[in-house]
Amino acid sequence: MNFKFSEEQNMLKDSVARYVQDDYDFETRRKNAASADGFSREQWQTFAELGWLSIPFSEAQGGFEGGATDVMAVMEELGKGLVVEPFVATVLLFGGLLSKSGNAALQEAYIPSIIDGSLQGAFAYLERQSRFELADVKTSARREGGNFILNGEKTVVFNGAVADKIVVSVRTSGGQSDETGISLLLVDAKAAGLSSTSYRLMDGQLVANLTFDNVTVAADQLLGDLDEGFTLMKSVIADVTIAICAEGLGIMQKLNAITIEYTKTRKQFGVAISSFQVLQHRMVDMFMAAEQTKSLLYRAVCSAEDQSDELEKNVIALKVMVGRVGKLIGGEAIQLHGGMGMTDELDVGHYAKRLMMINTSFGDADYQQQKFTALVAGAA
Amino acid sequence: MDLSFSAEELAFRDEVRAFLNDAWTEELASLMGSTETFKEGQIEWQHRLNKQGWLAPDWPIEHGGTGWTSTQNFIYETERSAVGAPGTLPFGLKMVAPVIYGFGTEEQKQRFLPKILNSEHWWCQGYSEPGAGSDLAALQTKAELDGDDYIVNGAKVWTTLAQYADWIFCLVRTDSSGKRQDGITFLLIDMNTPGISVNPIDSIDNHHTLNEVVFDNVRVPVANRIGEQDKGWTYAKSLLAHERTSIAGVSESKRKLRKLRELLATEVNGGVPLSQDTMIQSRIADVEIELMALEYTELRVLASTAAGEGPGVESSLLKIKGTEIQQALQQLYMDLAGYYSGVIQGDMSAESIGHDFGSEARRAYMYGRAATIYGGSNEVQKNITAKYVLGL
Repeated sequence: MNFKFSEEQNMLKDSVARYVQDDYDFETRRKNAASADGFSREQWQTFAELGWLSIPFSEAQGGFEGGATDVMAVMEELGKGLVVEPFVATVLLFGGLLSKSGNAALQEAYIPSIIDGSLQGAFAYLERQSRFELADVKTSARREGGNFILNGEKTVVFNGAVADKIVVSVRTSGGQSDETGISLLLVDAKAAGLSSTSYRLMDGQLVANLTFDNVTVAADQLLGDLDEGFTLMKSVIADVTIAICAEGLGIMQKLNAITIEYTKTRKQFGVAISSFQVLQHRMVDMFMAAEQTKSLLYRAVCSAEDQSDELEKNVIALKVMVGRVGKLIGGEAIQLHGGMGMTDELDVGHYAKRLMMINTSFGDADYQQQKFTALVAGAA
Repeated sequence: MDLSFSAEELAFRDEVRAFLNDAWTEELASLMGSTETFKEGQIEWQHRLNKQGWLAPDWPIEHGGTGWTSTQNFIYETERSAVGAPGTLPFGLKMVAPVIYGFGTEEQKQRFLPKILNSEHWWCQGYSEPGAGSDLAALQTKAELDGDDYIVNGAKVWTTLAQYADWIFCLVRTDSSGKRQDGITFLLIDMNTPGISVNPIDSIDNHHTLNEVVFDNVRVPVANRIGEQDKGWTYAKSLLAHERTSIAGVSESKRKLRKLRELLATEVNGGVPLSQDTMIQSRIADVEIELMALEYTELRVLASTAAGEGPGVESSLLKIKGTEIQQALQQLYMDLAGYYSGVIQGDMSAESIGHDFGSEARRAYMYGRAATIYGGSNEVQKNITAKYVLGL
């Protein structure tokens, strides 16, 4: 039994950590997020050169064949740097769907372009009414000869304003909330009838609402089986959930370190405020919360690597914890920084905002807790 | 990352299960469950463990230890608490014994260790005093040298199960001139020595566990001193650092959680089972998720210990989180019992009261308050973590 990274994984983690430290300071991040694309294409090319964009793909697909542990190692360090480049949207979500889709033609057509950094992707799964229910899909696709015709609207699509190709969850049969009857189609961002409105989230991400007005998609652009897209998206979203939780842990560790450092230098009443017991205990609570999060992350990653029966429960528990602890640590870090914590200039508030968006992504802590209860009750 | 046990470890787990299946019987459980026969039951349980050679796993092999790896220790503890079998009494086996084999003379080792193993000596711990709780170095019980004896005067308090004890290990003050920690001596004292009185302290769980032990001109041979005079603090501190993997109580909390979930199905409110109460469900989920995390926190500590690296920083939260979880479970247990959480059952049967866990829930909750106070209160644990882990 051990929780150690392999030598290769350590090298990967170190390379991301070094990059963040040397080439991704907070000003760079701020500039990248504010740019038209919402990230730096130049830095994205560097990610490609460093091999990071190939991590989750199989060797046959030209990838590094990394597992959940490798992704965790990378995401934790990206979190510490508050990296805004769309690694999650393009590589893990879009790339994950492609690589698990079983559609060899589409994999051959697009995975190499993800790996070499030339293709941006997105996954449009959310609708205005669906909130956190992934199976609530109204956007329709009706069959016409060799094509599907799409109509409907997707909202808050990560990387949706920039993506060249977009996987869209559509209803091909069944009722609005049925898990069966959802299919996943690959749509070109320039397709006729597809329009988008882009906007920003508080964590700096550029996202989009996409409207489909009789958009024609060839039937061979289907990922997975017709009507069975839900299983595929659920599996990929579980992987991505672990990944953003690892990012969240990186942020928590960073916030804790920044806060400890600040309280040791900030003087009031003639002493460093770190000497106050009430603040010490709050920082111990922050430390314990991050360590408990790390433990659940390891638990989820180990069960993902083994594909154990406990995987679903572990991922849900992790997401609950990251949501709750993220709000605790984000809020406490701001509080312990006092007035400085309120400034946009300081990175603390930006880390806290990313933690809040991680909480919301793929279902917040309250929603996940209800899923946890239902799962446990179902197993009893 | 690899969480699997080796084939040898799995074989060991089977061996533990087989042993527990034979040794931990319902008869023994009921013996230990009653106040009158508790001591007898505890000693019988320790006899069975000793016969198996498993009473003192962490002792050096030459004194009767098992030489288990920390993973084996973990497997044993997990299996033991999974079947509800109790631990061993810590005072002799885990508290004074390491001090004796670590710092005692050869004569002391020969004299005391075998009698701890065969349960002939029941030990209790004389540390806290009315004026020295979290601030232990403030202790004032005095020992003055008189020929070959020390003469001890003072009082120890919160002494757990002292009413059964044959021996007490004490920290006493032998010098008040210098730094407080420097004038403390570690003494082993026979409870039958004239001048010792044990006064019961009734506690909020309506049971007698705690005591005050008063020393009135008690003569203790110098031969019963551990190590050097005035150096007792060092010996006691090394004991505090002694690794205790089961401190988090994860397996026991898992067992209690399973029990709570069973009760949810049978306890009803206006005819509706509590398993349909979303508020209770949500609270249980909160605890279970923290417990799932703590289980892996403990595994992380174990893995780094097994790799010979010593426990990492995460070990500092085992006691705090572990006891918080225990108390949250005790609170839920009380709440499930409703009105019956107030019942003091005494000799009455559960049938005659009409409820079978209310009294137990009350007692567990009330006694459970102690967990965040003893062994260094959770507030003191946070002070220590702030200083030594966070560098504040």
